[in-house]
Amino acid sequence: MRGVVGRVSRAAWLYIAAVVIVAVALIAPMRFDAHGYLWWVELGVLQLLFLICDSSPTPLASRQSAWSPSSSATLAAVVLLGPAGAGLVGGISVFSLRRQLGLAERLFNGAMYALSGYAAGRAYAALGGPVGKLVPDDVPAVIWPFAVAAAVHVVTNHGLLWGAIQLTRAEGRRRERVRVESSLSLLLASDLGYAVLGLLIAALWTVTGAFAAVLVLVPLFVARWAMGQFAEQRRAYSATMEALCQAVETKDFYTRGHSERVSRGSGMIAREIGMRPDRADAIRYAGMLHDVGKLGVPTKVLQKEGALSEEEYAAIQLHPMRGLEIVREIGFLDEALTGIMHHHERIDGKGYPMGLAADEIPEFARVIAVADAFDSMTSNRSYRRARGIDQAVRELRRGSGSQFDPALVDAFIVALQREGWRLPEPAAAPLDHQTVTVQDHDDPTAPLRVVESL
Amino acid sequence: MTGEATATAQRSAERWSSWQAMDSGRLLLLAAAGMLTVAAIAHSATVQVVAPHPAVAFGVLIALGELLRLALPGGREAAPIATAGAMAYALLMYVGQLPGHGRLDNVSPLQVIAVAAIAMTIGALPHMAAGRPVGLTGMASRLVAVSCVAFVFRPLTGIGVIVSHWWLAAAVMTVLVISGCLIDAVIGALIRADDLGARFGVALWDEMRVQWPLGAAVGASAMIIVFAAETMGIAGLAVFVVPLLVTQLAFRRYAGIRSTYLQTVRALARVTEVGGYVEGGHSRRVSVLAVAVGRELGMSEPDLLDLEYAALMHDIGQLSLRDPIPGGATVLVSRPDQQRIAELGADVIAKAGVLDRVAELVRCQSLPARGDSPQPPVGSRIIRAANAFDDLVGASADRDRSVAALERLRLDTAYEYDAGVVEALSEVAGRRRFSRL
Repeated sequence: MRGVVGRVSRAAWLYIAAVVIVAVALIAPMRFDAHGYLWWVELGVLQLLFLICDSSPTPLASRQSAWSPSSSATLAAVVLLGPAGAGLVGGISVFSLRRQLGLAERLFNGAMYALSGYAAGRAYAALGGPVGKLVPDDVPAVIWPFAVAAAVHVVTNHGLLWGAIQLTRAEGRRRERVRVESSLSLLLASDLGYAVLGLLIAALWTVTGAFAAVLVLVPLFVARWAMGQFAEQRRAYSATMEALCQAVETKDFYTRGHSERVSRGSGMIAREIGMRPDRADAIRYAGMLHDVGKLGVPTKVLQKEGALSEEEYAAIQLHPMRGLEIVREIGFLDEALTGIMHHHERIDGKGYPMGLAADEIPEFARVIAVADAFDSMTSNRSYRRARGIDQAVRELRRGSGSQFDPALVDAFIVALQREGWRLPEPAAAPLDHQTVTVQDHDDPTAPLRVVESL
Repeated sequence: MTGEATATAQRSAERWSSWQAMDSGRLLLLAAAGMLTVAAIAHSATVQVVAPHPAVAFGVLIALGELLRLALPGGREAAPIATAGAMAYALLMYVGQLPGHGRLDNVSPLQVIAVAAIAMTIGALPHMAAGRPVGLTGMASRLVAVSCVAFVFRPLTGIGVIVSHWWLAAAVMTVLVISGCLIDAVIGALIRADDLGARFGVALWDEMRVQWPLGAAVGASAMIIVFAAETMGIAGLAVFVVPLLVTQLAFRRYAGIRSTYLQTVRALARVTEVGGYVEGGHSRRVSVLAVAVGRELGMSEPDLLDLEYAALMHDIGQLSLRDPIPGGATVLVSRPDQQRIAELGADVIAKAGVLDRVAELVRCQSLPARGDSPQPPVGSRIIRAANAFDDLVGASADRDRSVAALERLRLDTAYEYDAGVVEALSEVAGRRRFSRL
């Protein structure tokens, strides 16, 4: 639990105090003197295992569903040490190595994990689960009590946490809307993982003693290392892509930063309509790359003053296909490719390159089209100054249903009101006249002028 | 009728030549694995299978592991769960809930090999059905490594001291598992050295660097299986690999982003071609050539990756020019212009903030190998030579043209180009093996 408690109100303090008192009242009167020296050693090792697992979670699916198998240590203690031991293992999270935790969070976490461990241990013992080192003959008998104990642990843990979240929310401080990205199935899968790992530790303990902790930690540490590498590579990847897109934009003074802003806008819409996180990632990349094909359009066409000939207009209309040609080889981008190819289609079917209409246009393309037009309108162009956000929103509304998907326009406007929009730096006059586009193919308020031929 | 016959003959000729193209090292490996398999299965067919339940359970685990293969950086493939399962079966001492106290000291190494071989083959069938590469070499390498472990450890399970002291057993297992991974790495390095023309020492080092984290996880998991099976029996075999499954998931994501990264740089490097700045395919050819030369010179894999990125993006600076250079051949423009393009390109790459070494390689590509300034890094010297070579030869496969281009580069080794790099280049161009990458 990180940052849930935040700045703590009086009600929350009372809640935390109550949980701590219950935990101490239940666990302190237990008889500890009956246990031998070895019991305390095992307790220490399991507490250490808890702290190590807790120190930095392994983010597996997304940042929201970090996998920290510290509960496994508690569940192993349920089998090896009984209710008192399980409570003490959970309680060690007061001394968590995560420095950013405040006193209230530490106290609450400690009491919560102690109570969950204690409750699980009680349930396990009540169902006749064998406490202590497992012997092979125990095995069929251990499964059912252990499963119940794991379920009790999950319920106690989430129940206490839910209470804390309710209280901190009731303070009335305006919070950002927290989207629960980790779905129930993911939560259940990770809880099942903890339980399985706990039982595995208990089983290994019979043979190898505390060495069990080492054996189990090796694969988990390697996983954490790989995830660290993954995060690093991903950062590098985004940065490289951004740099390369900027390089493409240097050809045109006024559209600098356009890709990045379209990427940001597309991401805002994707979040607002509740797109899956992996698709939202893909659409950000698609937004970044959507105009890369402009490089295939001769500079003199992009910078031409006055009406375009039909051939020149055709060359501009080709740029989504050119873009597709460039990025086609990037494996993960499948859906993003359709977004890049069709980002100039219109809902009424009058767009290019294929003249698709309404639902025939892939969702990615409809999203990018909105963000693309909005950024074009709110940026300076050589032939006009940037429009204000309100005016651009009006234009979007006017094109809603003919050029843009109405649902996405609405979603974008809602997202704009919530998150705001960082306008591009007002472009000062360019130093040379070589890098100026006189017409912008993205601007819905100033369509390209094309010479009509008979 | 005759046409069909010709087609068949042609096809069989093709198959024959593909066999011929297979190098001796790989053939030797496959022959060894094949012989092991035949001997093991023949042995198991004549004597009764000992402890059939664990044999079936481990067979299923290994087959599943072979199905869930994992792509690693550098075009490698691993099957961590299959390897851990097979190693564990080779190291198994006791199994709980089996009649006769569950001692498994009479399971012979040949039975272990037979189970592993059959299970791996079954696990590879779906890959074959889906049209993916069968990965025979990787399977053979894994089988040989497991066989070595089995041959050493199976006889030890009859020794009471080892069986009754878990820490002694664990120490022996650790040594054996590490040796098994080393054998796998040596075989992998031999094959890669053969395939790509790398030096064996460098290839081995690269192999170990990529494999050791996964190898550690696999080894630990094998021991988890062995010890957990003593209490829990084999019913929970799927449970024992949960930690390794987590590792595999993490590695999959890591390898995925690595390959996406490379694909993206490859794709975006082509913007210079689409924009008409350079000839079609130039960046790709220069990068393939540069990597082959770098490998010839004994560069390690991380350096080769930087070199590949730099070579792919070496012309990116041209995007800042208003008009493309005629033909895009930087070898034909003046030195200040070359330097300006290199600087602009390096600035673009440096903006990413994470590719500083790549930017440095691009920045120095215009410097002569023996100028007044300090010598540019070897990667830059390679890109300089490879770029010049491709500007002169292009996509043409004409031998004379390539010889003439090399001659021209050689004449300039006093100042422009690095003599060692040009020699490696001519070696590589002579083989034309880099086209197989």
